[in-house]
Amino acid sequence: MAASASGDARFTALSQPVLHGHGDLVLLPAEHLDPSSGVVTTGTFRMRETRAVRTLEGTRQHPAGHPTRRIHMRAMVYRGPYKVRVEEKDVPVIEHPNDAVVRVVRAAICGSDLHLYHGMMPDTRIGHTFGHEFVGVVEKVGPSVQNLQVGDRVMVPFNVYCGTCFFCARGLYSNCHNVNPNATAVGGIYGYSHTTGGYDGGQAEYVRVPFADVGPSKIPDWLDDDDAVLMTDALATGYFGAQLADIVEGDTVVVLGAGPVGLFAARSAWLMGAGRVIVVDQLEYRLEKAREFAYAETRNYAEYDDIVVELKKATDGLGADRVIEAVGAEADGNLVQHVTAAKLKLQGGSPIALNWAIDGVRKGGTVSVMGAYGPIFSAVKFGDAMNKGLTLRMNQAPAKRQWPRLLEHIQAGYLKPSDVVTHRIPLEHIAEGYHVMSSKLDGCIKPLIIPSQD
Amino acid sequence: MPYTAAKPPLPETPEQLRARIPGWGADLDPADRPQVPRERTDLPNGAHWDFPERQPETYPRERSIEHEMLPPVFGTAQPLHGLSGRIRRYSYERFSEGRAAHWLLLIAADRVEAGGAHLRSMLTLRPDNPITETGILSEVRRHPVASRRGRPDVRHQVLDPLIVAGPWILGGLAAAGVVRALRRR
Repeated sequence: MAASASGDARFTALSQPVLHGHGDLVLLPAEHLDPSSGVVTTGTFRMRETRAVRTLEGTRQHPAGHPTRRIHMRAMVYRGPYKVRVEEKDVPVIEHPNDAVVRVVRAAICGSDLHLYHGMMPDTRIGHTFGHEFVGVVEKVGPSVQNLQVGDRVMVPFNVYCGTCFFCARGLYSNCHNVNPNATAVGGIYGYSHTTGGYDGGQAEYVRVPFADVGPSKIPDWLDDDDAVLMTDALATGYFGAQLADIVEGDTVVVLGAGPVGLFAARSAWLMGAGRVIVVDQLEYRLEKAREFAYAETRNYAEYDDIVVELKKATDGLGADRVIEAVGAEADGNLVQHVTAAKLKLQGGSPIALNWAIDGVRKGGTVSVMGAYGPIFSAVKFGDAMNKGLTLRMNQAPAKRQWPRLLEHIQAGYLKPSDVVTHRIPLEHIAEGYHVMSSKLDGCIKPLIIPSQD
Repeated sequence: MPYTAAKPPLPETPEQLRARIPGWGADLDPADRPQVPRERTDLPNGAHWDFPERQPETYPRERSIEHEMLPPVFGTAQPLHGLSGRIRRYSYERFSEGRAAHWLLLIAADRVEAGGAHLRSMLTLRPDNPITETGILSEVRRHPVASRRGRPDVRHQVLDPLIVAGPWILGGLAAAGVVRALRRR
């Protein structure tokens, strides 16, 4: 457990809400607090402080015995395409009775964050804090929260969801209808633009977690923070992707993309009984990881004139039974597609990998799409998909639905999620982290973000 | 060969795979897979409401016209403001998610907001710094040449500096043009 003992004691002592304000610290008058819930009992959920006590230390006990609280934090903010920096921001407040505020202990940069970073996702606003993979310690809970307590060590699925709408009631947590005013086609996601609801994300010291009784789970004592943070998206998504591929024993499974999701999908394909797993990428160091970590055959598409032909040759002319697309909007391998989508933003995403999946799978086969795309049109070869009688399955993963079984697999020793982690980057250096991840420098596969107070 | 009915033989038997790969076949039975069936109504999820309590709407929150009402919970980060806010609000109020205009307007607003933010930052004690904010300083320590050797994507990575620096160069040229025009007067 990464949180220090002194840190835990502080959170126990200060189980009162953070107020929204301009100073660094605020004096919290006791008469405005409900001690049992730790929630402001007068006024609105957002209050302006009446008096600020400035200190670099951030939190301290007021001499008169009133708890004083930190109201500013360090957070990554978006400053335009390819530009991010760390700024002071207000610590999030309880805005809904079932909210929690979580102090982030570990966050991560996801490959899909790069779509935001590169300016591909519509309605990505200046000042937005990215980050949908994070774990931490509950700092504060709203009055209706029953399942979490201040001080609990939690992992938070990347989906924001209510649990009871038409879709959540059917287990489609990633498609929740009650959390995203900005779009009905997309559920709620932390730190992923206003197109997914306008929630600031976890690449910060603190984050607001709506529906605290539904999303977060306490992290088992035996699970390390570095492993837990990968449960929140990358591992859950890879495992979900392998399930959507409908793998039966002996299937040949091709995984496009050897990033964290592709690596986990390849590993998961074996759990489902695959007979062969072939991973395709252009980065040799990632293919090496696919061989070591995912026990997969590999193909570097840059070495072939036409990777679709190679996939056919590798499968005796048949094509793969299942293809898992774990690349998404910035797929490479076709200059026109990549430049029009990833550079010029004229497509919702570069569908190169998706088209390779459609053409590389066998007739009657299944394509599972885990790659993220923007909502604008993309030049997908849909005719081939129709003529081949393919099953196309896709979704954002309902991460928490995967957790019970994944925890069993991890406990059984079948895989260790943090094996894909290559970099640990302090929050203050996150701009460099984005550049390293985006440019694929230094053997980068999965960078974790360490908040400064950790 | 797909010209006959037989499936191509696999290089390894299930026994060999089970011996080589940790957990091979652990989820062979679809009943062990959390996503089977796709829709399930028997999953406990901790919710203790039929419809969630409503979060206070402290400012006019934009929403898709495909929503029949404001959902009970929403993000409050970065409320709409300025010219970009007007473009975004028009996009939300006028076009559904099914219309390309909706998304293209939102992307246009993103660029308008970024330009305005860069200009405004020049009037603050912490102006935007393209050197530090692009993280390019990390190149020195992160094996810039070795990391890129033999990679096919390098051919279009050269576009990245143009995309990042282009607006700054154009902005600088425009500013210089304005100064020159004022001097002529």
